[in-house]
Amino acid sequence: MKTYINTGNKDTRSGFGDGLTELGQTNENVVALCADLIGSLKMDDFKANHPERFFQVGIAEANMIGLAAGMTIGGKIPFTGTFANFSTGRVYDQIRQSVAYSDKNVKICASHAGLTLGEDGATHQILEDIGLMKMLPGMTVINTCDYNQTKAATIAIANHQGPVYLRFGRPKVANFTSEDQTFEIGKALHLVEGSDVTIVATGHLVWEALEAAKTLNERGISAEVINIHTIKPLDDEAIIKSVSKTGSIVTAEEHNFLGGLGESVARVLATKKPTPQEFVATKDTFGESGTPEQLMEKYGLNSQAIIKAVETVLKRK
Amino acid sequence: MPNTQQLKDLTTQVRRDILRMVHKVNSGHPGGSLGCAEFFVALYQEIMDRNTHFDMDGIDEDLFFLSNGHISPVYYSVLARSGYFPVDELNTFRLINSRLQGHPTTHENLPGIRIASGSLGQGMSVALGAAQTKKLNKDSHLIYSLHGDGELQEGQNWEAIMYAAGNKVDNIISTIDLNGQQIDGSTDTVLPMGSLKAKFEAFGWKVVEINEGNNIEAILKGMAEAKSKTGQGKPVCVLLKTIMGNGVDFMMHTHAWHGKAPNDEQLANGLAQNPETLGDY
Repeated sequence: MKTYINTGNKDTRSGFGDGLTELGQTNENVVALCADLIGSLKMDDFKANHPERFFQVGIAEANMIGLAAGMTIGGKIPFTGTFANFSTGRVYDQIRQSVAYSDKNVKICASHAGLTLGEDGATHQILEDIGLMKMLPGMTVINTCDYNQTKAATIAIANHQGPVYLRFGRPKVANFTSEDQTFEIGKALHLVEGSDVTIVATGHLVWEALEAAKTLNERGISAEVINIHTIKPLDDEAIIKSVSKTGSIVTAEEHNFLGGLGESVARVLATKKPTPQEFVATKDTFGESGTPEQLMEKYGLNSQAIIKAVETVLKRK
Repeated sequence: MPNTQQLKDLTTQVRRDILRMVHKVNSGHPGGSLGCAEFFVALYQEIMDRNTHFDMDGIDEDLFFLSNGHISPVYYSVLARSGYFPVDELNTFRLINSRLQGHPTTHENLPGIRIASGSLGQGMSVALGAAQTKKLNKDSHLIYSLHGDGELQEGQNWEAIMYAAGNKVDNIISTIDLNGQQIDGSTDTVLPMGSLKAKFEAFGWKVVEINEGNNIEAILKGMAEAKSKTGQGKPVCVLLKTIMGNGVDFMMHTHAWHGKAPNDEQLANGLAQNPETLGDY
């Protein structure tokens, strides 16, 4: 089976920061706003290089979303940066009315998503944001898996007309996708070909899916691994094509199983190709304090959990 | 440039439009709409330097943002009568498949509208964002916005008000419709807000008061004063004292007509008080 090499752990938020730095040089319409988390979002370089296009809004996320919506009028492309929790739940109505319903070209960039935020605990570990954002008509929802992909996605969304939610995280994780990749919104990536089961993963769970596939391969189970970085619009065709071959599917995400990638996949399959499916996701619960590794193990979001889900789904074929 | 009598005639016609629009669909918000009729007429006919064609980016023209979107009847009437879309289209207000939604939206591509509003408290932030883009684009035109007084109870406004002064956004004139009324009663009984003048000044804004907010001449004078205060490192606020339901005697000075349409008899009464000037749609 095809294997991937971790070129060194890096955080996805740095991919965002470096992508934004590059956009600063290549696209003069790109402006950035931050709600008192410049260091955490890795927006320091953009701020230093383009102070006139950088807006520190303070701890006032609702105002930040409204400002961003207004800045689009006149041709700017605003990128807002704060934690995922404060990028979505805290400002849902502002995004709904001033951005999504108003068709504004705002890029909502959200770091520290999910459990891997770690020790800060449940107040900051949002596990509902994908659901919140994908329910908004016209919103594109992207959850990237590593540094390189996050950087490529950050650059790509500037060229997409319309609101985008870009979700990434805090910890340093395996960096394994190619440095010079072209990021295509809405296009699933086939990482590993397989015939027994399809594993569809997003965000930090993609690397875990690759690790799981290796172990499964050693046990004689051929797993196909698909990296779904765009949850909306979902690449229905890639999923249907894969399960037509494998006959079973496991979805994996750092998010509640209510409202996440898994449910989007289930909707596609239920209407077009009913297929046994298992969900690797949090099960309608809040998180808690701990290290990212401890949390991902406790809440069943690692390669071991994926392997277990594969074993379960294979019995249902 | 229209003379004052022409502006007054237009205002009377706008009042007729408002009454007929909300009566037809037995819903909508006539009270605040009537109270702001003179302001909208003055703004679109005299105050703003605006292009005749509409495009979303609004480069090299003044822009207006309505934050208290429920007063859409006055907004739609004045937009139509200022040439943004056919006046006959007012006939479709709040009907299925209409561009004239209950609350204003860009979603149906109605010319003149640049942001959806209705859920209160968001317009100041949007207007400030547009003001900052004007500065980035080296466009010296101004941003105007309108907000209800009750609407200032929404916290996002104060985030925006603080931001504007802190960032010296001095190309904006935000007007507060001080009619003292909201759905459940007077603003003083629902949630007393104290002195808005003192509050805005404490937050670092320049404040202009227009005590006769239903008098065209007073509006023109006050807004000219507000305009003269732009470009001086501070955002500008206009406190526009209006009478809710102005121009229809039984609707005035009460919150009762905030979101209620007149019946047939009340419509006839209201229209009789505002004889046709420019022709009904």
